[in-house]
Amino acid sequence: MVTLQDLKRISDYEWEIPQTFRPDMRVPVRLFATRRMLEDVMKDKSLEQAVNATTLPGLVGHVIVMPDMHQGYGFPIGGVAATRLPDGVISPGGIGYDINCGVRLLGSHISIDTAHPHLDALATALNQHCPSGVGEKGAVRLTEAELEAVCRQGSKWALKQGFASEADLRRTEESGCVQGADPGKVSKRARERGRPQLGSLGAGNHFIEIDLVEQVFDSSAASVMGLEVGTLAVQIHCGSRGFGHQICTDYVEEFQGAVRRYGIHLVDRELVCAPLSSPEGQSYLAAMRCAANYAFANRQILANSARKAFEQVLAGKVKDWNLHQVYDICHNMGKIETHVIDGERMQVCVHRKGATRAFGPGAPELPDEYKAIGQPVLVPGSMGTTSWVLVGTAASMEQSFGSTCHGAGRLMSRHEAKRNVRGDQLRQELEAKGIHIRAGSMAGLAEEAPQAYKDVDQVVEAVVGGGIARKVARLHPLAVIKG
Amino acid sequence: MKAAFGFREQPHTADWELEVWAPDLPTLFEQAARGMYTLSGMRLLAVSPQKRSIALHAEDAEGLLVRFLTELLWIEQHEKLGFNDFRISIEDQTNLRAELRGSTIASMDKEIKAVTYHNLAVETTSQGLRVNIVFDV
Repeated sequence: MVTLQDLKRISDYEWEIPQTFRPDMRVPVRLFATRRMLEDVMKDKSLEQAVNATTLPGLVGHVIVMPDMHQGYGFPIGGVAATRLPDGVISPGGIGYDINCGVRLLGSHISIDTAHPHLDALATALNQHCPSGVGEKGAVRLTEAELEAVCRQGSKWALKQGFASEADLRRTEESGCVQGADPGKVSKRARERGRPQLGSLGAGNHFIEIDLVEQVFDSSAASVMGLEVGTLAVQIHCGSRGFGHQICTDYVEEFQGAVRRYGIHLVDRELVCAPLSSPEGQSYLAAMRCAANYAFANRQILANSARKAFEQVLAGKVKDWNLHQVYDICHNMGKIETHVIDGERMQVCVHRKGATRAFGPGAPELPDEYKAIGQPVLVPGSMGTTSWVLVGTAASMEQSFGSTCHGAGRLMSRHEAKRNVRGDQLRQELEAKGIHIRAGSMAGLAEEAPQAYKDVDQVVEAVVGGGIARKVARLHPLAVIKG
Repeated sequence: MKAAFGFREQPHTADWELEVWAPDLPTLFEQAARGMYTLSGMRLLAVSPQKRSIALHAEDAEGLLVRFLTELLWIEQHEKLGFNDFRISIEDQTNLRAELRGSTIASMDKEIKAVTYHNLAVETTSQGLRVNIVFDV
């Protein structure tokens, strides 16, 4: 068990669990948090899980945990780990079941004053246009051939079908299409689950939210993103639905045998992995990329549905109801990237599980308009609290494999949240604060209560203080749609 | 006093953890299935009973448990079927045969994404067997 005494202070915002903490650690753990946040960090097993993750073969640098960390399974949520090519490993559990779960932010020129009388109608229209809920089918039913095209092309497929614009793709991580996807590595079951669900939100912590751009901290960066104080924005948080869940399930199962074949000792079977250069590792990478592209297309279709909802409600009442893309980020992904580690430039597989890529200014992966300011980073708060728009920094490239936090991070178990919070009462409280709620399940709403999460403002203070992100704007929720 | 078999939810920050106990392996698997359905708030239609037979193999009891629950999740998501009557036999902790009876799902509160192997270990206790299972939700 990790205690406060085991942590070595690097700065006010960065802490280390040295490699000497446990003999099987291959690298140290670096943790971004304020001293005040550490008390909460110690309440669950997230640091123990981070230490377990350091035992994987081929790791370089540190295993990094973000201030929104919390206990997961295998890896902690909020974890970043990089393994060296070609013989380091790839671990499906280090990416998660919801492959390419992520966030998209759309901005607008719609002022809050103009929109205020229509917010309730907008919430209803979003709820109608964007299918959500347990097992809910999506806006698009795919044939087998169409699913394969989605796997290979991601948002490019959505563009061809009229669900996207060129600007949407340019302002999406990887331009909405990860190369190297191979549908031949995806099981029949995953395909069957994927075909009916494209363009759906799902349930759990996924949501669509209408926000007010409340405050801008960097006016030039906000201007480039098209974010103005006093206007509406829309966040979409979801992933690859049952398609990604099944792909991860299939490969966690298959890798149980791979670890035996490659003689890899595990401290937790959910950390199963295979060398990146192995046939098993390559197959998972190709299948994971299919799910990543599916998720990009999913959020793109939901964005298109959100635009339709805005048009339905605001056309003829507001001069410009267009929703323009600010950015779309992944926070559950494995990416082959080049980083400098201990002075050596090398190719690594960066596992981000509940962590956001946060490339600094000048990164060649960024669209031209963002090269000067760094990559936009989208950090949703809990329901009813603020969300943040940040940008990546040069320091994030050096300290955290170009990564930063992904949200508020859970503090309270779902069990405890349901015991302490009544969904219908929470809904009334949020609506009394002027937040319009559409939720498929009151029990699900209770589990996602704001008090079940950390204070997102503190999370942001920790990553900004640690130098791995910079503030651009803060968003205030006006309407939340949950499955 | 704790019943001879059963399940209960354990605190887990992000996901769901279920403690399951039983005098023997088939009962442990049945209780795990019932616990999983309870966590997701599954309600079955009273009409149109359905039967399914499944046979599974794994390297050990833990692997077999994950495969069994994953199979039930697949049937739940693919066929919209849940079960409330389980006849399970297990040989050598590695081969399972089950006759399952149930019906179409009327409603569910929550979606379970996956059954994980996180710290999964079927342990022998003075009363029989126990296991903690973490589900991704």
